[in-house]
Amino acid sequence: MFGLGILSGLLIVPLCGAAFILTLNGDEESVKRNARWAALATTIVTFLLSLVAWNRYDPSSPSFQLVESHAWLTESIRFKLGVDGFSMPLMLLTTFLMPFCIGASWHSIDTRVKEYFVAFLVLETTMIGVFCALDLVLFYLFFEAGLIPMFLIIGIWGGKRRIYASFKFFLYTLLGSVLMLLAIMAMYWQAGTTDIPTLLQTRFPAHLQTWLWLAFFASFAVKMPMWPVHTWLPDAHVEAPTAGSVILAGILLKMGGYGFIRISLPMLPDASHNFAPLVFALSIVAIIFTSLTAMMQTDIKKLIAYSSVAHMGFVTLGLFTLNEQGIQGALFLMISHGIVSGALFLCVGVVYDRMHTREIAAYGGLVKRMPLYAAAMMVFTMANVGLPGTSGFVGEFLAMMGAFKANPTVAFFSVFGIILSAGYALWLYARVIYGKLEKPNLQGILDLDTREKIILAPLVALTIYYGVHPAPILDVFAPSTEQLMAGIRTALSNTQTAAAALPLAR
Amino acid sequence: MPTVHSVLPTLAPLIPEIILSVGVMVLILYGAFRGERSTEGVNVGALILLVLAFFVVIGQAPGTKVTTLSGAFIQDGFAKVMKALVLLGSAAAILLSRDYFQRARIDRFEYPILIVLCTIGMMVMVSANDLIALYLGLELQSLAAYVIASFHRDDLKSTEAGLKYFVLGALSSGMLLYGASLIYGFTGTVSFPGIVSVLNENAGFGIVLGIVFVAAAMAFKMSAVPFHMWTPDVYEGSPTPVTAFFASAPKMAAVAMTVRVFIGALPDVTAIWQQIIVFIAIASMALGSFAAIGQRNIKRLMAYSSIGNIGYALIGLAAGSEEGIRGVVIYMIIYLAMTLGAFAIILSMRRRDEMFESIEDLSGLSRTHPWMAFCLAMMMFSLAGIPPLAGFFAKFYVFAAAIKAGLVVLAVIGVVTSVVGAYYYLRVVRIMYFDEPKAPYEAMPAGSLIVLTLSSIVVILFWLLPSPLVGAAGAAAKSLF
Repeated sequence: MFGLGILSGLLIVPLCGAAFILTLNGDEESVKRNARWAALATTIVTFLLSLVAWNRYDPSSPSFQLVESHAWLTESIRFKLGVDGFSMPLMLLTTFLMPFCIGASWHSIDTRVKEYFVAFLVLETTMIGVFCALDLVLFYLFFEAGLIPMFLIIGIWGGKRRIYASFKFFLYTLLGSVLMLLAIMAMYWQAGTTDIPTLLQTRFPAHLQTWLWLAFFASFAVKMPMWPVHTWLPDAHVEAPTAGSVILAGILLKMGGYGFIRISLPMLPDASHNFAPLVFALSIVAIIFTSLTAMMQTDIKKLIAYSSVAHMGFVTLGLFTLNEQGIQGALFLMISHGIVSGALFLCVGVVYDRMHTREIAAYGGLVKRMPLYAAAMMVFTMANVGLPGTSGFVGEFLAMMGAFKANPTVAFFSVFGIILSAGYALWLYARVIYGKLEKPNLQGILDLDTREKIILAPLVALTIYYGVHPAPILDVFAPSTEQLMAGIRTALSNTQTAAAALPLAR
Repeated sequence: MPTVHSVLPTLAPLIPEIILSVGVMVLILYGAFRGERSTEGVNVGALILLVLAFFVVIGQAPGTKVTTLSGAFIQDGFAKVMKALVLLGSAAAILLSRDYFQRARIDRFEYPILIVLCTIGMMVMVSANDLIALYLGLELQSLAAYVIASFHRDDLKSTEAGLKYFVLGALSSGMLLYGASLIYGFTGTVSFPGIVSVLNENAGFGIVLGIVFVAAAMAFKMSAVPFHMWTPDVYEGSPTPVTAFFASAPKMAAVAMTVRVFIGALPDVTAIWQQIIVFIAIASMALGSFAAIGQRNIKRLMAYSSIGNIGYALIGLAAGSEEGIRGVVIYMIIYLAMTLGAFAIILSMRRRDEMFESIEDLSGLSRTHPWMAFCLAMMMFSLAGIPPLAGFFAKFYVFAAAIKAGLVVLAVIGVVTSVVGAYYYLRVVRIMYFDEPKAPYEAMPAGSLIVLTLSSIVVILFWLLPSPLVGAAGAAAKSLF
């Protein structure tokens, strides 16, 4: 339509929804109601549209599909969109999670409702854009543009320390990203284009690769977030409204991992290979150190936030093993964590809406009054621990298998992450759900209502489904992973041959 | 017969300047005869003149390079774009001023006339092709600017601003003359092409000294560090519409003049002036970012913001390449839109006859005036360089040129200071969106509304259709090389 493809449509639909909500007028109550329904309708339409895109997508091919390219800044910096095996699942995850976020904000957001949903829909466009962009400048544009709505969401509808958290979130990520921008420019002058498919075929000289890799690393490590630049995440999570936390954990954190798999690994294979030990070290520290930190938290959201950092440690670990199992595992973990951590934050939102506190100590014995809630929370907690039969297991298992192949010592240390995660997650569950129902204000607490059931049920189903049958996701990743591995192997063997040939040439 | 048409110089390239000069004479006479009752008419007349000149400039044949007045005046693609920007800035300054001056009861007909005179000076600066013409244009611009800085003559701050501007401006003019005379002395010519043909890479110490003095004067006019000290005081003291004017049109002309001198007259001694520009750029970006953090007055904040922005624009000049100059031109186009948009909102912060200038007065603006707050927030995010707003593309092009020229350290310092700068832009957004609202302001005056609408369109929608402006800037840069 109008010379635009389905991916442009996915970018435009949320914006149209936002524009429609902006035009809403009338008395306060009806505006609120209409804004909610309009936002829900928009996100569902977007999700359906993404399913149409999925239907047209051929998962057996590793190439970019649904490609569209429009004139933009110059001849070589174009408005180019497309998806492949890495981006398609993440894009689907984005459109899938959005209706849940709208649902989770239904009653909990009661001030400036119109602006809230506009911010969310704009955020959705930028997130979809990050995963669809096939031009580095466009990628950067969407990558950064998402900061604006998220800054407002945390700052306006957040908790007590929302201003501190929103500034920290914004400035931290911005500082990381601007270095990436310089790297993109350096690539542009080197290759003459910012077209991602072309750059994937370009070999950058080794010394340049090092600098480019570090610049991209600065951005993705903050976004991921990796230890020691993770400190913005707990603050942002604690202060953000429930839906903001879901998006933060579910999608925004995945952008770092996506950046590694889209740019760092395939375009800068030599540097990735050389820096792998650094990434391993940081990942191990993240896994062990933040798991220990998570154990000592008194705030439920903060605990889950630290557990996210630990899980992202597994993702970086898996990605930089540079073998199929590790990469597949990391990608699967990204999807699984998107569902599970999002669901956990939704669960926190359920009790927060009732009690308006996130202190672990304020709860206990919820299972007596909220059996359904306890059951749902159980599934997600187990998935967070990585129990076999839940989606969390598959990713962590594959990532560790890859790590074992690459470096057994690293694999040895990463196992502690599993043990510790069982520690903090089960302990959290025990303190909140089990025990005696002693607190007087908990006596009247109600179990899940219909809205909450509708929100949590699909997530429970998916968590278990992908746990026992991970093939649908892994099969989508497979062709692209194979192609990536083939590229990395050729690049590394070329470098080795060149290094070996060097003494002879002298 | 070569002598026949040398009696009169070719006047075609001068038509915009002639329109403005003749027109402003008529307006002065009209004002002098009708007295204070003529204000409305003079304002409209000046606006018409500026718009007319704008369209004449836009309509000038693209890609041609014409010199006239014995080579003192040059009309090329670069001059065309920069003059268009100057004219837009001046027209906006008149649009923004009406309501303010009426309320302050200093609604006199001299203001639009001085703006037009200033504009003529700026256009000569942009088109100057020798040092004398440059100086003439600069002085015409400066003298008019000193007067309008103290236009609110009963106000202590305004008169102080005018005096300060005048004394320091005179000093900088002196430096320019001294530097120009050194360059003249060592090259034997004042014309830019003449200087190009004489100078080579091993220029003597006298030339270096001359370039340093000229650069200092340019830095003063652009309000770049270390010659920026007048800026915050003059910006704060001048009547707000005048501040809006100082932050827009004269900046365009000063940057255009600097580009013209360094690229047009000194292209072969890049190694000498590049280090000066790099230093000025770094110092301006750093000071603009750090010093703005503590500001409470939004006009002072905009002053430091403009210092920082000049630093970013100069990155493109430091690159010294065609890409770099394209970056500078794009930066100035977008900077003009952002500044005018921001000032349109600052000028709307009023209740009855009281104007508000503190940042805290924006508190909760998003509830009382959602659209105004939205536009100002977009201007702030854009100034911070966040995509997809126009400010991002402005920075993108200058940084890209710097990377290509190998000025990596400069680019890294630039992006880091832009993150520091983001802090104070975000603070404005925070106050508007996160804080509790105060009493609402009055409806926006029509002039401000027009300026705000146009600049918001440029800032917010630039990313959808960037090619026209980028193409125009590319053509402008090309004409200099």
